[in-house]
Amino acid sequence: MDILVLVKAVPIVGNERLGADERVDRTVGLEANGNDEYVLEAALKLTEAHGGEVTLLTMGPTAAQEALRKGLAMGAARAVHVIDDGIAGSDARATATVLAAAIGRQRYDLVLAGADTSDGQGGTLASAIATSLDLPYLSYAGRIELTDDGRGVRVQRLSPTGYDVLEAALPALVMGTQVLGEPRYPSLRGIMAARSKETTTLSLADLGIAPDRVGAGAATTRVLDATPPPARAGATVLRTDPESAVAATIDFLAARGLV
Amino acid sequence: MTTRLTAEQRDLRDAVRVLADEQIAPRAADVDASGEFPWDIVELLARQDILALPFPAEHGGLGGELLSVCLAIEQISRACATSGLILAVQELGSLPLLLVGTPAQQARWFPDLAAGRALAALALTESEAGSDAGAIRTSARREGDGWRIDGAKRFISQGNVARVVAVFAVTDPDPRAVRTRRHMSCFIVEQGAPGFSTARLEHKLGIRGSPTAELLFDGVVVPDDQRVGEVGEGWSIAMRTLDRSRPGIAAQACGIAQGALEAAARYAADRTQFGKPIGEHQMVAAMLADMAARTEAARQLLYTACLEIDAGSPQAGRWSAMCKLVAGDTAMAVTTDAVQIFGGYGYLSEYPVERMMRDAKITQLYEGTQQIQRLLIGRDVLAHGG
Repeated sequence: MDILVLVKAVPIVGNERLGADERVDRTVGLEANGNDEYVLEAALKLTEAHGGEVTLLTMGPTAAQEALRKGLAMGAARAVHVIDDGIAGSDARATATVLAAAIGRQRYDLVLAGADTSDGQGGTLASAIATSLDLPYLSYAGRIELTDDGRGVRVQRLSPTGYDVLEAALPALVMGTQVLGEPRYPSLRGIMAARSKETTTLSLADLGIAPDRVGAGAATTRVLDATPPPARAGATVLRTDPESAVAATIDFLAARGLV
Repeated sequence: MTTRLTAEQRDLRDAVRVLADEQIAPRAADVDASGEFPWDIVELLARQDILALPFPAEHGGLGGELLSVCLAIEQISRACATSGLILAVQELGSLPLLLVGTPAQQARWFPDLAAGRALAALALTESEAGSDAGAIRTSARREGDGWRIDGAKRFISQGNVARVVAVFAVTDPDPRAVRTRRHMSCFIVEQGAPGFSTARLEHKLGIRGSPTAELLFDGVVVPDDQRVGEVGEGWSIAMRTLDRSRPGIAAQACGIAQGALEAAARYAADRTQFGKPIGEHQMVAAMLADMAARTEAARQLLYTACLEIDAGSPQAGRWSAMCKLVAGDTAMAVTTDAVQIFGGYGYLSEYPVERMMRDAKITQLYEGTQQIQRLLIGRDVLAHGG
């Protein structure tokens, strides 16, 4: 079973800031989006159990290779990187168009995507891609397994009351959550092997996408204003013994009607 | 020259750093307090292929670059010096086999050592032969097709938990052989061999989770195929082993210093006295600056030494001694200053810096005291006129 995992290179968590153009500044150092590592872990477990290979797919600047390299070190077999100056400023719809085109050129039984990203937090991309490719879409997975005949996928979709069990025929697209389980640490052998794994780069021309369909010019949504959150005030650190620290914490919360 | 790590070395270092921060640092205080060997960390290091670093790829290792081994030891020791020593000793105990082991010997032991299924140790020091390592008394006499080993070894790191122990013993007690340093040979003794036992474990100031064993050899018989190198080559093997293993201790020292620096920096930013964080008082800021500069200087010397030694420098012994000397003294000074920055709190086991200070001391003592390093460097300086 071959699995395609969508990976976004996001600013290293804690370093997020807006650039001059009010877009996310991607020069601060990038890493793989946390949720994407969780679905990658699920993908690796599935291929370890059922055979097949995991391919990573990303769209982003050169520095996105950092995120791919970690995924390759964790155990993905290869990576596909869509990189093109014309992509910058794409909105969610254009991003879905590009990724759907790239997915269409891969061999896969299952596509996995993380629930959302730590920078954009739109959470719409996976459903947009599934729609565009006419794939069954199973969202908010807390568990992913193959059906008994191996021709379908079964997921536990998290719900406010527990979880729903969904099944779909392959190929399908599953959007996964951190309930899937902690991603593994890349082993040193994996890190060394990652350098010799193949990363294919694709441009808009390779994907047959006209430049006027993507990028800032084609965006159907526009950010009118962006305001960074106010800096957090200094925390109160309690250094007393546990008992009085707990009491002081309760008083603090009670005074604000929070307990 | 400048020491710029390759992208792969940076990835490797960063991966070990994350692992050490998330999985090893939370265990450090408990490992120190209990004084118990952390088998869980051995398993972790094995699972992440970290113990495979010193070994050749054909036996399941990762190639054995000295700098890569040291980067890993440094990052682990930053969190827990006892845990960093696990890798350092895995390399130390395997070095005789790495340097002069036959293909058959390497094929016999390396796969288990690289996978972390077995640990290694090196048994050279005796109670009356420390700095004067040539004065060992443990003997190996020919018996049939093999050798019979009698004697006792002391201060053997992980000697009781290692399955593969490289033991140095006198094979020719003739004074002429002793004078020319052709008197000893190296053997592999496996845990469980009849007559091989652990007499006791030491109680120590630091690296308390790392067992330091006194080993007894009471008529231990080993076949000749467990002799490493030629008969009479032991001293040369021991010296070449130490040339390559001392950087590992320098790496441990750099890691301890870095850990103390980071703890002190966090505390100095957080602790307020006279209305501002103590780090904003010039005397504390100056201490932090010196700690950072010294640690970086020791680290750069270590990295350069690793590259020189791997490149086959004829002055490997000098590079090795210099990096251990500078890093050991740096670790001691930086951890002492870290305790000072913490003030009275630094003296309490509630904070990590007193453990780091106790751990640092060993790096000035083992694999040759600082005095021995100076002796080696001084000799080389005189021989080369600079």
